[in-house]
Amino acid sequence: MSNAPALAEGFPDLSSLRIARESHWGRWLTAIIILAIVVMIGRAFAQGQIEWSYVGRFLTAPVIVQGIVNTMVMAVLGMALGIVLGIIVAIMRLSPNPVLKSVAAGYTWLFRGTPLILQLLLWFNLALVFPTIGIPGVWTARAVDVMTPFLAALLGLGINQGAYTSEVMRAGLLSVDIGQYEAAQAIGMGRLHALRRIVLPQAMRVVLPPLGNEFIGLVKATSLASVIQYPEVLHNAENIYYANSRVIELLIVAGLWYLLVVSILTPLQMLLERRFARGMVRLGR
Amino acid sequence: MKKPLVAIRKISKSFGEFQALKQVSLDIWPREVVCLIGQSGSGKTTLLRCVNQLTAVDSGGIWLDGELLGMREQGGKLHRLSEPEIARQRLKCGMVFQRFNLFPHMTALENIIEGPVQVQKRKASEAKFEAMELLCRVGLAEKANSYPSQLSGGQQQRVAIARALAMKPELVLFDEPTSALDPELVGEVLAVMKELATSGMTMLVVTHELGFAREVADRVVYMDQGVIVESGSAKEVLGSPREARTRAFLAAEV
Repeated sequence: MSNAPALAEGFPDLSSLRIARESHWGRWLTAIIILAIVVMIGRAFAQGQIEWSYVGRFLTAPVIVQGIVNTMVMAVLGMALGIVLGIIVAIMRLSPNPVLKSVAAGYTWLFRGTPLILQLLLWFNLALVFPTIGIPGVWTARAVDVMTPFLAALLGLGINQGAYTSEVMRAGLLSVDIGQYEAAQAIGMGRLHALRRIVLPQAMRVVLPPLGNEFIGLVKATSLASVIQYPEVLHNAENIYYANSRVIELLIVAGLWYLLVVSILTPLQMLLERRFARGMVRLGR
Repeated sequence: MKKPLVAIRKISKSFGEFQALKQVSLDIWPREVVCLIGQSGSGKTTLLRCVNQLTAVDSGGIWLDGELLGMREQGGKLHRLSEPEIARQRLKCGMVFQRFNLFPHMTALENIIEGPVQVQKRKASEAKFEAMELLCRVGLAEKANSYPSQLSGGQQQRVAIARALAMKPELVLFDEPTSALDPELVGEVLAVMKELATSGMTMLVVTHELGFAREVADRVVYMDQGVIVESGSAKEVLGSPREARTRAFLAAEV
């Protein structure tokens, strides 16, 4: 007598047959069509009124390189300011204190509710409201001297970014299980201590992908600072084409630089994400 | 004169319309193991959480080691303590949660030394040494560098017990410590708790494990609808209950 259970008749043995490869004709066809469209667009641009030699020449021009450096300096500082403000405001928003809560909500409302370009112009023209700024008797200065394009752009971009980042951070804090707060309290931690050691490190994991999104957005938003004379890459490109009228060529130069920077940022974000995934089981992938 | 470690006097707590605790009073003596039993919604977990101030009482008072918890009497009124003062009071009791609540971004060892190093400001080397001793005690020395996600539920709960003990508490609270475990993992956690009880630790345990209560508890307290219905030795309450409600509960459990 065998140990196997008795089986019904009428079902053929398929265990020796291989599974055939699918042909995917549809995929091949769409790929060829798309490739043809891309080639046509590429040819149109190559034959259009574009002097590609200008693109090559200005791509590494010192003014342009200095411009992209200024763009990155502003994006990094603006994001740093935005993250600091964002964390503080998110914590205030979730605090039981109604005063802190309202201040946080008001900040988000004000800076998300008005266009960024308007905020930049307001900061830059602060001297029209307050000719002198400072603490009377201690230190005062003329606002025109203090509010340089650099400072106006930093305040405008950073404070605006803080309003958006605070919502990203709040989502991260809310994603951490309430039991984590309780376990931290049970070992004698106060609210802020628990946030710093237990909750924020776990929230970072959730927050990084949208934060990467925000940073890429900010890199491009720095171009708005060209309206207040901050010498970022688009502003410098404009200055060149005002002189030589090679508008499209210089816009392509600026565009290529933005694409390059964003392409470098994506793998950097993945490295950071891996750092904060410590102890987490990866599902799938 | 002998004094209880925990004195609970006429505490009440409501969540909206629902009255979870109605004027509950209870003493817990040093080195005593008290098991709280009852249906879900009977108030036993709320009572436990009030002792650790994860839930604030609406009225009444709890004294731990003679110190009134969470409030200060002044000018005929009670004033709530500030958060740092409450955090300091919590150091005297450890807590073990139903869902373990280990910190997932830290290894077992890091979980255990977090409180001693960050809160009690003890030397990391000393805290690590003691943490390893505790891990040996709960039988997990080889898992020191594992993350919670790499441990079974029973192992996680044993690390959580070690984490509570690392603070050198005078009292450990257990909130249904085996309810979230697969049946075959319950035994290893109960064994650790049994050893802890034998060592003389004062314990307040909310549990559905009547076998554990029968074997380990010095006293069993049966709660229903926010009041203590019956309290006595395990033999009395589980063996020959006086109250009809207790008898009905025990009959349903078996």
